[in-house]
Amino acid sequence: MNMPAKASDTRDIDIQGSCLTEALTETWKTPPGIWGALTTVDHKIIGRRYIFTAFVFLVLGGVLAVLMRIQLAQPEARLLGPDRYNQIFTMHGANMMFLFAVPVMEAVAVYLVPLMVGTRNIAFPRLNAFSYWIYLAGGALLWIAFALDMGPDVGWFAYVPLSGPQYAAGKRADIWAQMITFTEVSALAVAVEMVVTVFKQRAPGMTLDRIPVFVWAMLVTSFLIIMAMPAIMVASTSLILDRLVGTHFFNPAEGGDVLLWQHLFWFFGHPEVYIIFLPAAGMVSTMIEPFARRPAFGYLGLVMALIATGILAFGLWVHHMFVAGLPRLGESFFTASSMAIAIPAGIQIFCWLATLWDGRPVFKTPLLFIIGFFVTFVIGGLTGVMVASVPFDTQVHDTYFVVAHFHYVLVGGAVFPLLGAIHYWFPKLTGRMMSETLGQWSFWLIITGFNATFFPMHILGLEGMPRRIYTYQPDLPWHALNVFASLSSIVLTAGFLVFFINVIRSAWAGDVASDNPWDAATLEWATSSPPPSFNFAMIPVVNSLHPLWDCRDALAVAKGLRTDRRELVVTSLNTAEPQAREASPRNSIWPLLTAIATSIMLIWSIFTPWAVVWGSIPIAIALIGWFWPKGTPEDEA
Amino acid sequence: MIRALSKICLSAMLAVPLAACGSNWQSALDVHGTSAISLKHLILLIVAVCSVVWMLVMVALIWALWHRREGLSTPPQPGRERRMTIAVIGAVIVTAVIIGTFTIMSFFATRSLSVAGQDELTIRVRGLQWWWGIEYLGPDPSRRFETANEIHIPVGRSVHLKLEGLDVIHSFWVPSLAGKQDLIPGRSNELTIRAEQPGVYRGQCAEYCGMQHAHMALLVIAESQDDFDKWANAERNAAAQPVEEEAAAGMQTFLTKPCAACHTIRGTIAAGTTGPDLTHVGSRRTIAAGLFETTRGSLAAWIADPQTIKPGNNMPMVPLAPEELRDVSAYLASLK
Repeated sequence: MNMPAKASDTRDIDIQGSCLTEALTETWKTPPGIWGALTTVDHKIIGRRYIFTAFVFLVLGGVLAVLMRIQLAQPEARLLGPDRYNQIFTMHGANMMFLFAVPVMEAVAVYLVPLMVGTRNIAFPRLNAFSYWIYLAGGALLWIAFALDMGPDVGWFAYVPLSGPQYAAGKRADIWAQMITFTEVSALAVAVEMVVTVFKQRAPGMTLDRIPVFVWAMLVTSFLIIMAMPAIMVASTSLILDRLVGTHFFNPAEGGDVLLWQHLFWFFGHPEVYIIFLPAAGMVSTMIEPFARRPAFGYLGLVMALIATGILAFGLWVHHMFVAGLPRLGESFFTASSMAIAIPAGIQIFCWLATLWDGRPVFKTPLLFIIGFFVTFVIGGLTGVMVASVPFDTQVHDTYFVVAHFHYVLVGGAVFPLLGAIHYWFPKLTGRMMSETLGQWSFWLIITGFNATFFPMHILGLEGMPRRIYTYQPDLPWHALNVFASLSSIVLTAGFLVFFINVIRSAWAGDVASDNPWDAATLEWATSSPPPSFNFAMIPVVNSLHPLWDCRDALAVAKGLRTDRRELVVTSLNTAEPQAREASPRNSIWPLLTAIATSIMLIWSIFTPWAVVWGSIPIAIALIGWFWPKGTPEDEA
Repeated sequence: MIRALSKICLSAMLAVPLAACGSNWQSALDVHGTSAISLKHLILLIVAVCSVVWMLVMVALIWALWHRREGLSTPPQPGRERRMTIAVIGAVIVTAVIIGTFTIMSFFATRSLSVAGQDELTIRVRGLQWWWGIEYLGPDPSRRFETANEIHIPVGRSVHLKLEGLDVIHSFWVPSLAGKQDLIPGRSNELTIRAEQPGVYRGQCAEYCGMQHAHMALLVIAESQDDFDKWANAERNAAAQPVEEEAAAGMQTFLTKPCAACHTIRGTIAAGTTGPDLTHVGSRRTIAAGLFETTRGSLAAWIADPQTIKPGNNMPMVPLAPEELRDVSAYLASLK
């Protein structure tokens, strides 16, 4: 709008109907074939890829969980030796946290946020492509190492000195630390894209108080990522330095400090939990509207609760260290802050309950998963309040009670909403509905199997069973409950199996979905299912929080964008007033090449510090290629 | 097939049952220590309150989903919105009150737990991969002594534990007596335990410490002051000279083979400090950090092949002829 129109411009006002979509398709399309797949910067393709990959890691991590359950089903079982078991529980934790839970939330956001804010692509689309490749490389590194019996065995938290040079020989701990670097880079990239997309690319008229709650949740989450990741980056880099070049950051014999690791790790590690939970809470707030048939109650409260959780998340890391012997008064502060997080969580729960109470619930699978989320997440939240109490924690810390607690929070609090979200947004992603029958089957199997598997672990923990043990002796009274948990995990596994069957079957043969099958109110449902490469033929203009409910006939649109180059509208931060037309980058192979160069450098640096020097040369070349002006219309901007 | 075979081998190995003691000897719910008792009260109270909260939320959820609705869907109405606002604010206030109460309770519970008794019995507990070094301290250096994996304490007396991690982080946890506390290299932590009743309480390392984290147990034996003094005096003595021929031969083997490089047997030239002090190993209830009951058979099995029994532990397999193995196990079993 600030750009002077050149004679050669083709604007969307000049052409209409099918001509317009043809022109936009030509400009925004991803070419077919392998070249298109490697060069695409379409957030929908990358988002789908991201989601798919994250679910592959979920399956792999789930297989490890099943192996652990088989091993623990009897005392002194020898199915897995200690070395293999320790790799497996480390892999399970690291995989689920770094390769599944965080990326899958980002993945859903990469797909949805640009659609929900009504723009044509995510901000920094090439960075987005790069972030996916880096994530894939990090995941591959971890799993290939595991397949070669080089999987990390120091726990997903990798406490020093156990992970230090003296007690973790070989390269296992380095693989863990470097996998962290990969996932950090990819998470930070997505976080930055997300912040800019939400701040600057919202549809005209989408003022701050008209942003869907899920988008708010991703915004807060992205800030959490930006602020928490540097701590783990410092930690894992210091660890690699200790191991590779003999620094002594964590060596008490040389003036280093063992607890420094724990502070750095948990300063990241606790916000990490909210990096996983907040998007899920946002999904619940967004999904509950079409299924309660009314707007979510307490929009302001819900958004403020997200922000409050995000702030408090940085003030309670010490509750992971309550038995490390820190000063008691300091611990009391962290008890208070850890308990306080129950308030924003409570606000959200109560607002959702009020929404359901005043609404007219439609009992489809997504709502079932939301109900399952209430049942289990509230238990996880309450056990969270329990472990926030220092004296309580001294008995249950590092026991199966905590294993039960965080599975209730992470599976109940994040995976259940995520499964609901997959059922809910599946028609938008694929153009087909998921089967309701299979959906209900998977829900009942998963919720029954989950609770039967994990609830007994509370009792096991109180009965003295510590975490991370590869076996236990027959004279301890833990056998019966472990067998029960192991058998129940079959039900849980069956539930996930049904879910995956449902996904695969529906992707091929599900009922064809309309543009807005749930009669939802947010912008992603204003375009076709699945959306075209340019998302919206005309950028929608928003004048309420529920644009599709309040303007049922036709959404107002903004016009004047060029169709012969990739262009989107940049709007102001608070009021989302149009400020400029901005070019959006074209497809490019350079993000992939940069990711390959970066991966080589990072993996090589596990073995020699010189890799950082020589390995950065190809990265520099790739970056030059990435940013080199190609003379495309987009370069004019 | 392999699994079945290994299971048979294993059950043969574990034929020596450890289950002499009550099965709940490592439980935060079956408590016999002063602080564990008050922790149990706190745990039960908090769990009870939280259970009620959960049930209330579930009732609210069920009500919200299935209460009777009239007419067709209507847009949100100001009157109902106001009532809902009041209900939500009320629920948030209740939440705040509950967690505020929990916070204050925790604060006072922590304070009361950390008040140490005025008693001179101090024990240094060192955590190592994967066993516990136990050293009884006292004002008189000549009355100090060392043992491993087994702590004896007098009933009704506060015992002060100085916790030190020597290699990696471990965590001392005897749930029937007290909450846990980490043993961290480069730092010194403390814990006070007091048994209210005589008994044998099992503890286990609670911080992941590597390959054999699962097999790093210890026993706390609470007994009367008399029994404790008797035991302590016996422990202070050097090892008894073997009387039987077999044991005497075993001692020779022990001292000439690499065993003595890692283990101490007071009264002999064996003065290694890498492994547990074996001066009175025959009197301890278990070997290999709680893995087996101490018998001549289990000692022989352990020495013959420590890496199969407890893979990854720091005791190497020392090749011994069958008769040497018999002798050494007889000698160690005789070290009462």
